[in-house]
Amino acid sequence: MVNFSKWQTWLTLAILVLGIIFAAPNLLTQQQADALPGWLPHGRINLGLDLQGGSHLLFQVDIDAVVRERLESAKDSLRDVLRKNTINYTGLAVANDTVTAQLTDPSTRDHVLSLLRDSPIGVTVQADDSGKLTGSFSDQEIRQLKGQIIEQSIEIVRRRIDLEGVREPTIIRQGDDRIIVQLPGVGDPTHLQELIGKTAKMTFHFVSNQIAGPSQQKPTNLPPGTIALPSKDGGFEVIETRVILTGENLLDAQAGTHPTNGRPIVNFEFDSSGARKFARATTDGVGRRFAIVLDNEVISAPRINEPIPGGRGFIEGQFTPQQTHDLAVQLRAGALPAPLTVLEKRTVGAELGADSIATGKLASVMGLALVVVAVLITYGLFGVFTNIALMFNFILLVASMSLLQATLTLPGIAGMVLSLGIAVDANVLIHERIREEIRAARRPVMAIDAGYRHAFWTIFDSHLTTIISSGFLWMFGSGTVKGFAVTLILGTIISLFTAVVVTRLQIVLWLRRARPQVLPI
Amino acid sequence: MYHGLHLIPHDTRIDFMRYHKITFAFSLIMVVGSILLIAFKGLNFGVDFAGGILMEVTAPEPADLGKLRSQLEQLSLGEAALQQFGKPETVLIRLQHQAYSPQDLAAAADKLKTERKGISKDELDRLAPVYAEQEAQQRAIAAVKTALGPGYTYDRTEFVGPKVGSELIHDAILATALALFGIMLYVWFRYEWQFGVNCLVALFHDCITTVGLFALIGWQFDLTTVAAVLTIAGYSVNDTVVIYDRIREELRRYKKMPLGELLSMSINRTLSRTVMTSGLTLLSVLAILFFGGEVLRGFALAMTWGIVIGTYSTICVASPMLIYMNLRRDKVGTLRPDAEKAASRP
Repeated sequence: MVNFSKWQTWLTLAILVLGIIFAAPNLLTQQQADALPGWLPHGRINLGLDLQGGSHLLFQVDIDAVVRERLESAKDSLRDVLRKNTINYTGLAVANDTVTAQLTDPSTRDHVLSLLRDSPIGVTVQADDSGKLTGSFSDQEIRQLKGQIIEQSIEIVRRRIDLEGVREPTIIRQGDDRIIVQLPGVGDPTHLQELIGKTAKMTFHFVSNQIAGPSQQKPTNLPPGTIALPSKDGGFEVIETRVILTGENLLDAQAGTHPTNGRPIVNFEFDSSGARKFARATTDGVGRRFAIVLDNEVISAPRINEPIPGGRGFIEGQFTPQQTHDLAVQLRAGALPAPLTVLEKRTVGAELGADSIATGKLASVMGLALVVVAVLITYGLFGVFTNIALMFNFILLVASMSLLQATLTLPGIAGMVLSLGIAVDANVLIHERIREEIRAARRPVMAIDAGYRHAFWTIFDSHLTTIISSGFLWMFGSGTVKGFAVTLILGTIISLFTAVVVTRLQIVLWLRRARPQVLPI
Repeated sequence: MYHGLHLIPHDTRIDFMRYHKITFAFSLIMVVGSILLIAFKGLNFGVDFAGGILMEVTAPEPADLGKLRSQLEQLSLGEAALQQFGKPETVLIRLQHQAYSPQDLAAAADKLKTERKGISKDELDRLAPVYAEQEAQQRAIAAVKTALGPGYTYDRTEFVGPKVGSELIHDAILATALALFGIMLYVWFRYEWQFGVNCLVALFHDCITTVGLFALIGWQFDLTTVAAVLTIAGYSVNDTVVIYDRIREELRRYKKMPLGELLSMSINRTLSRTVMTSGLTLLSVLAILFFGGEVLRGFALAMTWGIVIGTYSTICVASPMLIYMNLRRDKVGTLRPDAEKAASRP
């Protein structure tokens, strides 16, 4: 244990120098770090939301809503297929995640199944001998669908946040159906929460011309193929269920003001296929009213006075400027496949974050100072070695956190202080053991060798158990606690290196130079 | 030449085994007491676990808690817990999870019906309360902000839904249980099963009494506290492993020495390390306690307790228990090559 070959010495020194280089950018400001030449490392430790201020939102994606919606649309498709081929059926319904229908004539069964093979309706349909049709998603389809929905939701959320101009948001998936959104610097997320969470599904329909105008009461006895939806202006509109265009056809949407009355509006522009459909619809439907529906609410239903060929238009309604801005953002980003609800919301003001950094720094510095002095008094020269090792422990911890782009939270600072405590313990174990070996009347070199040899496995065991417990903390902890676990794990691994290698290297180098007869410990 | 400070004389001989029955009884009382306290008095769960709303606000002048309380009571948001937090201007406002009113539920149901055509009755019954609840929380936060008026800054606002809270409790218990179990397996693998079992007992002792202390004093118990409990477990096992290592070594060296005497000797020989490490760790934790600000105070307090109890449990629980564990001394320590060497030493 008292032998250090040349390459071991140089390797150790190289690691320490690399540590300094990788830790150094943290001393610079962001601008200075960005200005560094590309070949120098300029990664810095990310500050957690509790230190820099910002909002943390946990959203639940309502996936069941989408599954149900898909089943509803499968039901509609099934109805279309059966009607088109004049096949009689009864009891078409969605229940318990399946679409069911009863064929009046069971012998049409094979015919129906072959029709459905040619024009699939999105679910796998099976039929029994009595002519009962059941369609449902297989488990694998459901899994696939869920994965798709969450990925898509994350993408849309990201676009909406980007369009809103929030800097460096973090958007990550959690579990099967949750999304974490972290917004640094956002002090009040109420508005963003609304902006992010709304599905913003937009469709364009004709207003039914079989029923006159909007009505205050919800109309009953609707003609087939129509539906009554509430109107933003109050009352209900009866519109055709046939969708002429959807928000997916939109190329652009911008908030603006009405050219004549100055009210807030959203200007939109369709893509080329959308523009063609829009032109055809407005040509065919001159004189009819055209409903713009957002999340199943009729926003406006203007009368078509003349064909609109350019694919441009605007949405007018009872809007505030803020609402038109949000709607434009949502339309540009696209519709969410499923609505999001907030499960958890945490906001930290920037001032509190700065306070926390200051107190965290103070606590670390004070803790470190106390430990350094105590170690020095207790172990003399060996205490100096230990303190140098402790300093490198800190530097390497900062370096590895910068390298891994780890996030430092307030509990993370506590983790740093604690990992220093662990590093001290490793040194104490070695020094105490060396003292014992000296009392066993060993010569200095032998005492140090035996001290290290005996202490090593103890240190190894105690470090590994700490890593085991903080590993579980990392796996099951959430948010700031995870940050604590990360710093503790890294700090513990580094402590193993600094205690066993860095302190030892110093002692060995000193032994070679001083050749002491008695150890000063 | 300066030979450093020898705080504990190397020839210290304290008979640690002598009073082990008393310490066992003491520990048993603490453990049972903690379980009873947790079961009957209960823990003061923070918003992380209980759900609800937490706001940290700073008033323009030193806050008058009484006045604030009466202001908030007029809002009829249920019981509002107020607490001075660090500076005299800063106040923590804790609101219970807001129950929704029938009107909320009706409004949410209406909203859902329009937002989703063809929503089934089941679905409506399931989702309407979720929406209504969310609305109720938003409204409560807004109401507090309006009531306090301008001039206040909102340093921190946290809202945790009841579902997330119970999941977090579940995850925390799982993390703790797995961590303890993992540590036990490791100690078993490195030593003998007796050591592993004792270690688990000592860890359980440390964790449960820490939680019990929180129940006794009524400190807020949240995610950070769980982190503290797990850190205490890590620290305590660290301490235990160091002494077990020494016990194993001495077992190989002194094959005929009575076990009690040997255990006592092992503890004495590692005593100066125990005192040094506990003392130094305590120093850094005390630094967090006094300079780390309000947010970390609970954590630091738990850690202070944990260091004391962890050291105590190693010396007074985990080690003496070995006397009763039918240790097969010829088997101990065969895993480690250098223990063999140590054993063959004069």
